[in-house]
Amino acid sequence: MNAKKTVLYELHKKHNAKFVEFAGYSMPIQYSEGIVKEHNITRNKSGIFDVSHMGQLFINYNDEITDKLQEILPTDLKNLKINQSKYSFLMKENGGIYDDLIITRMKDQYMIILNAACKQNDLQIIKNKLNDQNLDMNNDLSLIAIQGPESKTILENVVPNVSKLKFMNGGDFSFKNNQIFVTRSGYTGEDGFEISLPNKIAISFVEELVSKGSTLIGLGARDTLRLEAGLCLYGHDINENTSPVEANLKWAISKNRINDNFTGSQKIKKQIEEGVSKLRVGIKPETRVIARESTKIFDEKDNEIGKVTSGTFGPSVNASIAMGYILNSHSKTDTKVYLEVRGKKVPANVCDLPFYKKSYVKGEVNV
Amino acid sequence: MSNTKFSKEHEWITLDGEVGTIGITKHATEMLGDIVFAELPEKGSNVEKDGTAGVVESTKAASDVYTPVSGEVVEINQSIVDDPSKINADPEGGAWFFKLKLKDKSELDTLMNKEEYDKFAKETSA
Repeated sequence: MNAKKTVLYELHKKHNAKFVEFAGYSMPIQYSEGIVKEHNITRNKSGIFDVSHMGQLFINYNDEITDKLQEILPTDLKNLKINQSKYSFLMKENGGIYDDLIITRMKDQYMIILNAACKQNDLQIIKNKLNDQNLDMNNDLSLIAIQGPESKTILENVVPNVSKLKFMNGGDFSFKNNQIFVTRSGYTGEDGFEISLPNKIAISFVEELVSKGSTLIGLGARDTLRLEAGLCLYGHDINENTSPVEANLKWAISKNRINDNFTGSQKIKKQIEEGVSKLRVGIKPETRVIARESTKIFDEKDNEIGKVTSGTFGPSVNASIAMGYILNSHSKTDTKVYLEVRGKKVPANVCDLPFYKKSYVKGEVNV
Repeated sequence: MSNTKFSKEHEWITLDGEVGTIGITKHATEMLGDIVFAELPEKGSNVEKDGTAGVVESTKAASDVYTPVSGEVVEINQSIVDDPSKINADPEGGAWFFKLKLKDKSELDTLMNKEEYDKFAKETSA
């Protein structure tokens, strides 16, 4: 089966991208600079990410639709303001997560951004819930992220007035007489924006950003950036068998929804009241050795107490970093643990997330 | 580099008397990407031809480093452990991995010369 391509594929090629198949798409893992340089460019200046493989679902809403969506998302959609975005989950009956997503209330539609690997399954779940088999993702749109401290100025040059947006808020803007939708959000721990725009202008839009001083960044650096920022990658750090409470993402469940009914809510409520047996934590090995996904975690008495779900070397913190699930009894910050890497036990410490301090703009209200 | 030989696992070895200096090739570093971790054999340990003698990790994955010949580790390059990015910067020079007192010089005959290796690298990465 041939991998799908985003409309930016040829542009990636022109920028010497190395491609990797990701969720059925041929996506750039890195460009000629390499992962570490691309990571640093995003932290220090500005990076552009093609995330057009992600699903963009638009749903016209009324009170009934909002009610139905609240049955599968643990988010207070009724009090979501127009142009406001929230991080949320498509919930499974067992309290697990079918997908994590960003939902934004637009003037008369919800925009839901879904993970590429999950989007078809998500769509079916939402179609069934809304009793609307005609619902479909919008494949005429691309999705571009621009992240890093200089992104605000660069994007403002191309799309006037975007710098007025507050974190986790969006709005309609225009580029070359086309309407585009921009939100202030991202997946890197940096200030940044995500732009949903028609496919036909995607290449010229990215070229414009490059000409103003931003740089194309691959999925490799996207992973080191998000991991340093302590953000979860679906399918690794969260999945159908981890609940938002176990994933330490309880903050994303709206307070006024905890006692409400939604898919999996009984399990969630029980976990909030009685506590969980395992919890997602940050882990910092004491050496540079990298603890990759599935690395076993042990306590000082050599009991297995958990597993790593993501691990890499964080260029900005200049250290090996990992996240994983660990017995709640061992989840306190600074708890000494051991990671089994290539048969050796590497000492490590449970630590607070993020590894790298965020520099989001003011107006951050929802986290 | 005329007395430098190459292995199919992308290591190079340069012989100086009884002692061979071993590292990984530029081609290997290009395939690996940015190297962020290196582990070397212990000084004084004995390693067997084609056996594991270290690890390098890039942001993407871990790869074993093999020794192209057998011998005793007489010196290791601690500077690449302290700063693994040196391996990408100068893989066939300053960023050597370890030095071996060779057990059997005839093992070198099983390795490729520069020209053969370049051809091999090109073919296997195509």
